[in-house]
Amino acid sequence: MSSVSSGMIGRSTGDRIVLALTIGMAIVMMAPIAWVVALSLKDNKELMTDMNSVFHAPYTIQNYINILATSSVFRWILNSVIVSGVLTILTLVLSSLAGYGFARLNFPFRNALFVLVLLGLAVPEQAVLIARHQLFSWLKFHNTYHGLILPGLAAPFGVFLMTQYFRAIPRELDEAALLDNASRFKIFWKVLLPLTLPAQATLGIFTFLSSWNDYFWPLISGTKKEMYTLTIGIASTQTNFAQSEGLGFLMSQAVFAGAPILILYLFFQKYIVTAVSGAAVR
Amino acid sequence: MAEAAIPGSGSAASASVRQAVPDVNAPIWRNALFVAPYLFFFLTLLVVPLFWGVWLSLHKADAFGIGRFVGLDNYFRLFRDKIFLQVIGNTFYFVLLTVPALAVIGLLLALALNRNARTAAALRAVYFASSVLSVTIVTLIWRTVFIGNFGLLATVYGWFGATAPAFLSDPKLAMIGIAIATVWWCIGLPMMLFLSALQQVPREIYEAASLDNASRWGTLWHITLPSIRRTFVLVIIIEIVLQFQLFGQAWLMTKGGPNNASKPIVLYIYEATFIKWDLGLGAAASEILFILIMIAALAQYFISRRKGEEG
Repeated sequence: MSSVSSGMIGRSTGDRIVLALTIGMAIVMMAPIAWVVALSLKDNKELMTDMNSVFHAPYTIQNYINILATSSVFRWILNSVIVSGVLTILTLVLSSLAGYGFARLNFPFRNALFVLVLLGLAVPEQAVLIARHQLFSWLKFHNTYHGLILPGLAAPFGVFLMTQYFRAIPRELDEAALLDNASRFKIFWKVLLPLTLPAQATLGIFTFLSSWNDYFWPLISGTKKEMYTLTIGIASTQTNFAQSEGLGFLMSQAVFAGAPILILYLFFQKYIVTAVSGAAVR
Repeated sequence: MAEAAIPGSGSAASASVRQAVPDVNAPIWRNALFVAPYLFFFLTLLVVPLFWGVWLSLHKADAFGIGRFVGLDNYFRLFRDKIFLQVIGNTFYFVLLTVPALAVIGLLLALALNRNARTAAALRAVYFASSVLSVTIVTLIWRTVFIGNFGLLATVYGWFGATAPAFLSDPKLAMIGIAIATVWWCIGLPMMLFLSALQQVPREIYEAASLDNASRWGTLWHITLPSIRRTFVLVIIIEIVLQFQLFGQAWLMTKGGPNNASKPIVLYIYEATFIKWDLGLGAAASEILFILIMIAALAQYFISRRKGEEG
């Protein structure tokens, strides 16, 4: 039952009004998405003569067929999958190693280094972007996959999260293994890492999602059309927005690009919500 | 998290372990190998660029390289630039438009949807859904809502024979249009943060209140809201820091126009650096943004602490 009104019997009028309001607002909230989907299913010529034609048949999937035939959308999706996928895997590896190191091992300057990493959490992207861009120009990293992936590896959030997580695991586990003369790496790999799977899921989803949706770095680093990520590619099609003869096509690209992430969201809703809110609170 | 089964060994056993391996916690360089790979990227791609950015802001720099040292000249140029002063104003205006709205609407949604019923769960999912979209899809959606002759808004207004407000082309409305799209996009996070805070309010307090025949408003006002005050401050801080960095929505919806009316600081930085290639000026503007974000976060932090002491 509800936790706020637990002492009450049944549903009061107040509850019903609140429910109706939230449902109404949810419909208003979804209306823009429905609008875009509806536009994507209409013939361009018909839209040009009368916008109200959106609300009645005929609908067509021609715009989607055109995507398959002509658009660069597949290349962009491939780029996004490569960039976000590799970045996520590398982030998990680096953060787990570092998290274990900071949580369990002692080495010179450990605490100072950890504080430094924590301070890194407060640095906004804009404060490092220009210098990074210049560095990558000199290294000729722009318009390459590693150029798109590497900056994400510096983000301190994963290390922070994994350190917290390793700290919460009882030390007796490592100590028992140490007694068996297991190496530090073996303890990390065999004993502790399997226990961190929930944190890996949180961090993995968060990293993948924010990389997939990243807009600023790919905008300034992957400037060639064949190196666009999906986010940048979809943005690049918006420039000819005013010439609305391509409106239905434009909308179908947006649906095509947005649908995979929304479908993933439907399936992994709980994990995604935990990951995103966990990252915000840190 | 701490569900992991602890082997039967008690504290006595672990004490003997420490004796058997005496130097287990001594600082050894070899242990740093675990953190070294991350620290390499952290230092080269975050720490060095951070200081390099400060260095750049003190130089005349363009696409061809770093020129001569000019001291604080780039900063003076910024504050003599009317457009820069305007974009600072615009950014504060945008934060004022979005942050209170996000906090209040997020809180109201959380209060309304904090129940175990199926409908509530489905509605929570709906309200969070927009948060997983990328900025380019969000702006595409909202431009098709706002745009003049074929937008959703124009169509709905058209039914009543009215003309829709020109959200993206009227200088007075442009920032409001961007703010509406942003609130739509970002509302999921504050709602979820408030929901998890509401879940943590001990049930016994509510039970005691219902025994005292406290009214619903009384319970909300005297119990629920005070218990989630910390979260409220947290949400405000998080959102200020996030919304200060407005870029994609403004760039994609209005290009900062009309007449710079909706140009935020980050867009100014982007144009100065990557369109005009005035790297020194862009770097200086980035440092200003960095300082503003820090001040906002610190101010909120101290305000929340003082309130906590009084209460």
